[in-house]
Amino acid sequence: MRKLALAILAAVFLVVYPLLVHNRFFLHLSIMVLLYALLGMSWNLLGGYTGQISFGHAAFFGTGAYTSTLLLLRFGLSPWLGMFVGAVLALLLSLPLGWLTFRLRGPYFALSTLAFAEIVRVIVYNWDTLTGGGDGLNILTDLGGVVRFYYIILALTVAAVLVMRACVRSRWGYFLNAIREDEDAAEALGVPATRMKVIVLAVSAFFVALGGSFFAAYQLYINPDLVYESQISIQMIVVTIVGGIGTLEGPAVGALIIVPLSEYFRGISPVANPLIYGLFIVMFMLFLPEGIVSRVRRLLTRPTGAVVEERDQVSAHI
Amino acid sequence: MSLLQVTGLTRRFGGLVAVNRLDFAVDSGEIVGLIGPNGAGKTTVFSLLTGFLRPDDGHVLFDGAPLRSLSPHQICLRGMVRTFQNLKPFPRLTIRENVMVGALARTADRKLSASYVAEALELMGLTDKANRLPNELPIGHLKLLEMAKALATQPRLLLLDEPYAGLTPSEGAHFGDLLQRIRKKGVTICLIEHVMRFVMAVCDRIVVLHHGEKIAEGQATAVASDPAVIKAYLGKGHAGS
Repeated sequence: MRKLALAILAAVFLVVYPLLVHNRFFLHLSIMVLLYALLGMSWNLLGGYTGQISFGHAAFFGTGAYTSTLLLLRFGLSPWLGMFVGAVLALLLSLPLGWLTFRLRGPYFALSTLAFAEIVRVIVYNWDTLTGGGDGLNILTDLGGVVRFYYIILALTVAAVLVMRACVRSRWGYFLNAIREDEDAAEALGVPATRMKVIVLAVSAFFVALGGSFFAAYQLYINPDLVYESQISIQMIVVTIVGGIGTLEGPAVGALIIVPLSEYFRGISPVANPLIYGLFIVMFMLFLPEGIVSRVRRLLTRPTGAVVEERDQVSAHI
Repeated sequence: MSLLQVTGLTRRFGGLVAVNRLDFAVDSGEIVGLIGPNGAGKTTVFSLLTGFLRPDDGHVLFDGAPLRSLSPHQICLRGMVRTFQNLKPFPRLTIRENVMVGALARTADRKLSASYVAEALELMGLTDKANRLPNELPIGHLKLLEMAKALATQPRLLLLDEPYAGLTPSEGAHFGDLLQRIRKKGVTICLIEHVMRFVMAVCDRIVVLHHGEKIAEGQATAVASDPAVIKAYLGKGHAGS
């Protein structure tokens, strides 16, 4: 009951927020926080719940960005529709990656994602008749003001929350956890591990691509280095780990902390930014390796005894 | 017709023939023991039966249907499930959640799966541990957890890989009864075990493997007095004693 009340309160706040806050920078910050909450959440379904670490989700982000932008530039299709085409394309792109690498055990998937993202980036870079190559693509259409963008990313993120929640609360949630914990044992008990991983990767790619399309429409300019950059893949992982990997709230909490921080340091000194940012991540890994959400949960439930305690000690080791 | 019919099953690892033209069958309602010295290929047989390894030759009929090229989860859903000798609990799931995985793989119906879980926990005596985590339980309970996870998938044939070894004497004392109760539920059992006394006591029939080949098969007493078995399994010194 208290949880529901809290959720409603948060929802009301998120909806009225742009009506109260008129500062453009704060609105921009909120948009980026929501975007990274969406990306982190999508990554987390695969990386956190299923234990399949991807370093190449930028491939799906960039594919979403390019698809919706090209549909807008070539055919005048609104990016708010084109984003779904991009998402489906990213989903289709994820299938061969999943089918090829998920049959293998070990780090093959993680390694393949690195190569995969780079291959996609190089193709987009060199296919300049379609993508404009390194010059990138400019959007000259007026797509609305910042408040409109805020509500669109809010809607996308909420949709993602609901889908992720439905996934992990259904029997899929058990299957994904079992696959992460011990894939052979899961298979032996009737869990179609390979198929589940392929499906989860596809869902994850779909939502990340939506984020990519949104980003392109918001920035009005994309090029391969901007949207296929490994920094995008890394940032999704960072917000998830800082917030709490394998928890529903984690990526949102992580985005709330990491995104303003990285924007702030970038404002102080663009040169020192990566350094300060990097140091911050290292400190985090050292002192709060299980993430904020898991730590807070542990503090809240400490008196109830050893069970929760041990559970978190284990989760700290991933 | 046998529930499980294995014919000419062969698997090589490089130059080593781990399982060599193995024939055996398990009938409905039996408890069959698969024994043999270390490295005889027993666990390999289980892995071949359940799709974790592909046979180089031979075939397996389960309930009259061939299992060739099915993956482990498909074979489990056909009704044959294995446990692992090196225990494989899901460490961050509670005991109930551990058992729930297989039940939900069998049915999407929450009520039905909950009843499968309750039944499996009850049978294994783990009901009062349902909310604990695996690392809070002693090894004997983890062995029971392995079986509970497998039973929750509603198997017709349960393949147990060394379920007895490592149990405390008091746990072991009831283990034979436990298998009988599982059998009464309509589950056929095939088990790998080293502890001869236990195998002799609970198994209706025994298949003896040595270097991947079947060297004897039959009732416990007959197998135990077979000179080839005594030589291979118990060592040369026991022959003729």
